[in-house]
Amino acid sequence: MNTGENQLIASTTVAADYLRETEIAEIEHERTLYPDARAVGLEALKIVQKHRGWVSDESLRAVAEYLRLPIAELEGVATFFNLIYRRPVGRNVILYCNSVSCWIMGCEQVKDKIAGELGIDFGETTTDGNFTLIPVPCLGDCDRAPVMMVGPDQHRNLDRADLGAIFAQYRKGAE
Amino acid sequence: MVSNPLTRNIDLSRPPFDLAAYEAVDGYRGLREIARGLEPSDVLDKVKDSGLKGRGGAGFPTGLKWSFVPMGDDAPKQKYFVVNADEMEPGTFKDRLLMEGDPHLLIDGMIIASYAIQANTAYIFLRGEYTESERILRKALAEARERGYLGNNILDTGFDLEIILHTSAGRYICGEETALLNALEGKRANPRAKPPFPQVSGLWGKPTIVNNVETVCNLPGIMAWGIDWYRSLTKGNDHGTKLFGVSGKVRSPGCWELPLGTPIRELMEVYAGGMRDGLELKGFLPGGGSTDFMLPEHLDLNLDYDDIAGAGSRLATGTMIVLDSQTCPVGMIGNLMTFFSHESCGYCTPCRDGLPWVDEIFRAFEAGKGSHRDLAILEEHVDYLGPGKTFCALAPGATAPLGSGLRYFREDFERHISEQRCPYKQ
Repeated sequence: MNTGENQLIASTTVAADYLRETEIAEIEHERTLYPDARAVGLEALKIVQKHRGWVSDESLRAVAEYLRLPIAELEGVATFFNLIYRRPVGRNVILYCNSVSCWIMGCEQVKDKIAGELGIDFGETTTDGNFTLIPVPCLGDCDRAPVMMVGPDQHRNLDRADLGAIFAQYRKGAE
Repeated sequence: MVSNPLTRNIDLSRPPFDLAAYEAVDGYRGLREIARGLEPSDVLDKVKDSGLKGRGGAGFPTGLKWSFVPMGDDAPKQKYFVVNADEMEPGTFKDRLLMEGDPHLLIDGMIIASYAIQANTAYIFLRGEYTESERILRKALAEARERGYLGNNILDTGFDLEIILHTSAGRYICGEETALLNALEGKRANPRAKPPFPQVSGLWGKPTIVNNVETVCNLPGIMAWGIDWYRSLTKGNDHGTKLFGVSGKVRSPGCWELPLGTPIRELMEVYAGGMRDGLELKGFLPGGGSTDFMLPEHLDLNLDYDDIAGAGSRLATGTMIVLDSQTCPVGMIGNLMTFFSHESCGYCTPCRDGLPWVDEIFRAFEAGKGSHRDLAILEEHVDYLGPGKTFCALAPGATAPLGSGLRYFREDFERHISEQRCPYKQ
């Protein structure tokens, strides 16, 4: 009897229990787009993150087991890419551009205002769980600098923007 | 005749053209030529003869790149075409305009390129942050599929093509084409050793061409209106038009399609409107954060690969970052060093350990603690991190603004040392 094989099957079952049906369906769709499981691994992490906000150790293990990838390898991938969050984040992630054009246009001063408005610095989450502030490389909107993303949305010309009004749209309960 | 083939359909005040509207203005003509019997080698010859050079930064001739892909009966059946849509070079905002302004132009170009190298699978490697580009491209891809321009036996040619939109999980290094391939394979995005070159052994070991978005967007025009037209677009030595951008404290920052060979002064003063009131031009990076500074004395040079190279820099992405007389050059270079240091993939020692050291020295300058010894260490790093000393082009890219900045703005570095503070801060 091949015990190793049985263990693998057993753990896949655990993973299947952990992962939700919609997540599994999306992961299976990704399988049709790439020739091997390794490529699907990174996509699966993004899928889990989309549904759960971040990639916990349990999520990572479940994905690795489901796709039969070495956990350490997937962990190495997960920690390499900055848009995979290995710690919990707020409901809205603010990706704040601090690259050169935004720097020239005053992104540091605007960042200080944001930090004041929300009471958080880079890498931190507001106590109400609404926002996490993260620096990001050039967002490719340099003629309208400084810029940031809140969730999927790009916000431009922040030096003359009403920051309070922008964040209000994203607060929980806001329409 | 069309003089702005890249942006002629772009008007950001309305949604981009759908497939029917795009076709009504000579779109997908290359595909129809293919359906009429144009051979892959004919397409390759046209692109070679057009003189098109890659618009992603390196400026390598596109046709020559394609010509290294094995063709014929003995060639591997599986090949890949990949679009590098991982726009992340600091100060670069041109590919976004193309994808969000005219998505079918990119798909049109991808079909032409994939046919030329006989690739049946193509990926768009798109920055994860470009959510609007993703939405617009997904819609356009669905239209193309619906119309039978993607899928099996396209227009009865016997040619099959699927285009898969891949959204990236981040990191600047993915713009390096072999790192991009690793990321697409689900691995850490460390660059690969070359040779073998991707054209022979790329994605999953198969022949692969990686081209920048803007490069690919040049192809439909070449196919529709021919080589003579394409070569007549330029004002200089290189062929075609290019997207040029200006950011920084100019009156009207923006991105425009202009003939290659347009004088830099025209871009800066006519299109970007010159410097804001009370500011003077101190210098500029001509093609993103990885290019050498140029000075006001270079304004009468042309936007041409050779002209810019003659001034010791590179045209690269063609998006200029302007340094004004009231912005600290040491601070600006320091910002770039933080960026490059953060974005090092960590694979090779000079880059992984050298860039953070350089960055730390800039933090010392900013805090008024810079010394002449530090300046000497920075000079050394221009050499230690330069071309040929590292595994890929990331660290050499960092040395471009660093080395030229030390040369051109020496006095500013000296003042940081003698005054023990940043002289630009009030």
